[in-house]
Amino acid sequence: MLHISTLHYLVLGAALFLLGVIGVLTRRNVVIVLMSIELILNAVNLNLVAFSRYWQSIHGPNALHGQIFAIFVITDAAAEAAVGLGILIAFFRNKETVNVDEVNLLKW
Amino acid sequence: MLFLNNIWLIPLLPALGATIMFFFGRRLQKSSVNAVCVGVVALAFLFACGSVLQYNTWADANNHQPFQKILYTWLGTDTGHMNYMTKGGTQAAFQADAGFLLDPLSSIWLLFVTGVGMLIHIYSTGYMAHEGGYYRFFGYMNLFMFSMLTLILANNYVLMFVGWEGVGLCSYLLIGFYFHRKSASDAANKAFIVNRIGDAGFLLGMFFIAWYFGSLRYVDVNHLARSGQFQIGDPIITAATLLLFVGACGKSAQLPLYVWLPDAMEGPTPVSALIHAATMVTAGVYMVARSNALFVLAPTSMKVVAIVGALTAIFAASIGLVQNDIKRVLAYSTVSQLGYMFLALGVGAFAAGVFHVFTHAFFKALLFLGAGSVIHAMSGEQDMRNMGDLRGRIPTTYWTMFIATLAIAGIPPFAGFFSKDEILWQTWTSEGGAYRILWGIGYLTALMTAFYMFRLIYLTFFSKPRMSHEVEHHIHESPSSMTMPLVVLAVMSLFAGFLGWPHSLGGSDRFARYLDPVFARGEAKVLIEEGKAGQLAAGEKEEEHTNPVEYALMGLSVLAAIVGWMAASRFYKEADKGYAEPIDAAAPAVYNTLLNKYYVDEGYDYAFTGRRKLGGVRLGVMGLGEGSSWFDSHIIDGAVNAAGWITRVAASFSSWWDKWIIDGIGVNGPPIVARMLSYPARLFEWGLVQWYALVMTAGLVGFVFYYVYR
Repeated sequence: MLHISTLHYLVLGAALFLLGVIGVLTRRNVVIVLMSIELILNAVNLNLVAFSRYWQSIHGPNALHGQIFAIFVITDAAAEAAVGLGILIAFFRNKETVNVDEVNLLKW
Repeated sequence: MLFLNNIWLIPLLPALGATIMFFFGRRLQKSSVNAVCVGVVALAFLFACGSVLQYNTWADANNHQPFQKILYTWLGTDTGHMNYMTKGGTQAAFQADAGFLLDPLSSIWLLFVTGVGMLIHIYSTGYMAHEGGYYRFFGYMNLFMFSMLTLILANNYVLMFVGWEGVGLCSYLLIGFYFHRKSASDAANKAFIVNRIGDAGFLLGMFFIAWYFGSLRYVDVNHLARSGQFQIGDPIITAATLLLFVGACGKSAQLPLYVWLPDAMEGPTPVSALIHAATMVTAGVYMVARSNALFVLAPTSMKVVAIVGALTAIFAASIGLVQNDIKRVLAYSTVSQLGYMFLALGVGAFAAGVFHVFTHAFFKALLFLGAGSVIHAMSGEQDMRNMGDLRGRIPTTYWTMFIATLAIAGIPPFAGFFSKDEILWQTWTSEGGAYRILWGIGYLTALMTAFYMFRLIYLTFFSKPRMSHEVEHHIHESPSSMTMPLVVLAVMSLFAGFLGWPHSLGGSDRFARYLDPVFARGEAKVLIEEGKAGQLAAGEKEEEHTNPVEYALMGLSVLAAIVGWMAASRFYKEADKGYAEPIDAAAPAVYNTLLNKYYVDEGYDYAFTGRRKLGGVRLGVMGLGEGSSWFDSHIIDGAVNAAGWITRVAASFSSWWDKWIIDGIGVNGPPIVARMLSYPARLFEWGLVQWYALVMTAGLVGFVFYYVYR
């Protein structure tokens, strides 16, 4: 049976992170962009949890710093999603679009 | 002194009437128009009578000076804003008063202008009763009275010129009263334009006087002219008087500017009577008589006046012999009689000329008004060939016109006899020699006058009826508003001459004595003693003319009148349809020349108006018209177009320069450079969220690579 090591988690996390970055950079729909940001955050969470497991195997079961960080990130993501969707709705009311490339009021 | 001190009211009253007509006339009833317009003229007449009576008493106490009433300085100021250098090298202010002057000369004009004017106004209420524009007619007539009275009463040449132009304007307006008729508006234009030529002369003469004498007041000018400091025959005075006479020629219809007067008959008949017979056309005589002090200093001008007057007299009379339009005969008669007046002025017999103006005003106004009454009876017919046998049907008109004809023909004791005979006698005695030719011309004119006037009477009132049955059926005597003025004027035509009953017939020639202060005969005597002014002698010889020659000449002129009468009677008394003109039978060529008025109008059309072409060339004012038209369209317009073309080229270059150099390089260049230079900086502020994210990511990747592969 294949042993799933920390490295596997890290590769998965990197892959998710890359997918998230590509989504943020390429998709025009703000909802998709927000979803891609979720992907990035969760890739980070995966890293934190994976390293937390690795840290436990060395320092004992109480070394839970990474998992606590992951919970912080999840909380933060929820808050961020709430704020982001709020901005999105306000924006939609004004411009009747959710395309991020049309958000160019600051463009010179 | 009530009247004298308020003499300015005399012209102002008719002005008031004209103003009321201008603003409210359209809304007024005919009766109200009558009340206002006839009323103001009647008031002016009463005021004039009062003024003249008061003046006569005042003058006896004041050495027979002219009475002046200066209201205010109207033109220029007393403070010397309009100073100029006179010929003598002194400073003089160009200045004219709103001032009025009454002396015997203006008194005479004042009385007959207001008197005859009032009668013609009354006559017009009947004559114009069925015409449109009733209030307009009376407004113009009142305006005319205002202008004429200003002309007469002015105390300086400038104010006289105002009246002079005013009467010209009113003449224009009234000739063109039936403005829907092309011939009437043409005649009005002709009168106005021909008068303008004369007015130019008047103006120039006026400037000469201002320059030479330093004043335009009659009193000052006359005083200087009689002071003895000027030579007889002074060239500048000669020029000034000749120019003034050009003005008189225009206004008083003398050769060669008489052409407008016959055409002026297009106006309503009362207008012809008032303006073109009795009053306005005598303005030229008035002006020359008023300037007598200058004219006696210029013998050449006097000769010109006399010769032009005599030639005009016979020229117009000969045309009058064959005209068929009743009003045209009278128009040429007027021109001819005006010629007489100038003949008198020209030989130095100013009083005789003025006397003829005075008597002529009555009988010529009467003739015109009578002609109007005839036309009224004939349903508008003016051609004498279609009249005849009217004496029983319109008796009042017949009798009054007959009296006027006796007067103008010079049958004693009617008014014209005295004045005309006086003129002929003065012409005979003035200098002798060549002046006897002028007498001969005057004598022939008298003969012709009698002939054409009795021709008019016979063709109109005697002979066989030649009108159509319909017209004949409508013949009726005019209303009393028209016949009453006729009767009054007939009485005047009978008695006005008695004022100048000559010494030779046991009278005292009161008319001439009355005018003595104006013509300064006492001072003229001095010049005669020095042998300087031959013409002036004429006035002095009046004293001696109770000699056999005078009786002989008097008899001759009465004989001329009777011969003319008899000839007309022989040829026209039995005239039936298709009657023969004696002149046509004897010499058709002469007849046609006379009938066509010597082709003067045609000649003027060739030479001046450019209405006819001479061999394909339109001469205009002796070619000036055509030449200046060419000059205008080629040189002036060429210069204008060239200037425009240059401007356009310059403008298009300037526009190109502005668009490409100034705007392109100067204005738009720096921003383009700045934009290009700023491009890298702009990359950081692209405005797209995802661009920021990309930059961030790239930076991150960069850092990672840097730390990993360092």
